[in-house]
Amino acid sequence: MHPAIPYLTAAVLFGLGVYGVLTRRNAVLLLMAIELLLNAVNLVLVTADATVRAALPDSGQVFALFVIVLAAAEVGVGLALILALYRRRSSIAVDEIPLNEAENEDRSEEVNA
Amino acid sequence: MTSADILLLALGAVAIGAAFRVVRTSHLVRAGLWLVVTLGAVAGVYLVLAAELVAWVQVLLYVGAVVVLLLFAVMLTRAPIGASADLDRPGWAGALVGGGAALGLGALFVDGYRWQKVGLPAPGTAEALGAQLFQHWVLPFEVLSVLLLAALVGAIVVSRPET
Repeated sequence: MHPAIPYLTAAVLFGLGVYGVLTRRNAVLLLMAIELLLNAVNLVLVTADATVRAALPDSGQVFALFVIVLAAAEVGVGLALILALYRRRSSIAVDEIPLNEAENEDRSEEVNA
Repeated sequence: MTSADILLLALGAVAIGAAFRVVRTSHLVRAGLWLVVTLGAVAGVYLVLAAELVAWVQVLLYVGAVVVLLLFAVMLTRAPIGASADLDRPGWAGALVGGGAALGLGALFVDGYRWQKVGLPAPGTAEALGAQLFQHWVLPFEVLSVLLLAALVGAIVVSRPET
């Protein structure tokens, strides 16, 4: 087994994930790109576990399991945030979120009126 | 080239192709379905690398739960069924940073491992992994359970309708 193959796969997956995070406007698609990033990291962990003889066996796989659980928690909270955003503004485009307080209040008054 | 190498190459190509579709497609639902293909191919890579338990947890948790949650979010935000034109920003900056990250990491890995061969480890059993988990990694495991509880409570609080 040549470890370069899964490592290169992980590197390209990470690059695609970074591209997705930077270009996607829809918050759900942003979450999907973040899943790609987490998967690339998991792939590196599992490959390193198979290639490096560490003092503690299987540590890489244990860390991959931890990352998978973290990803599940992240998607749960992310979905709740996206739905709260959608309820408030009827749009989940991430570059339309106002960053200063005043603009936000103006907009919510418009929606209420 | 052994059969493991060929399997790794094929599964890696499937994962990368599907991941490209995930970040480029203009159909929201299709992005979720291509994500299933990517995650499944990565689970296949785990199987080839003898990480059996991680592969099945990936199928159960990622393909089973995470993708369903994402598709749920697509439906609840009333996404249009057909192609949407406004899903992307102009992508040259993202392509530059993403391509740079992939090239840099790839160069690092290739420089570290060249074309050397490593024997495949013995098939990992859930028993061995569980023994490691509960002997050496008990504290992070417990912290993770507290974090899951916090995420659960946080998600409920955030999604509660304002009164």
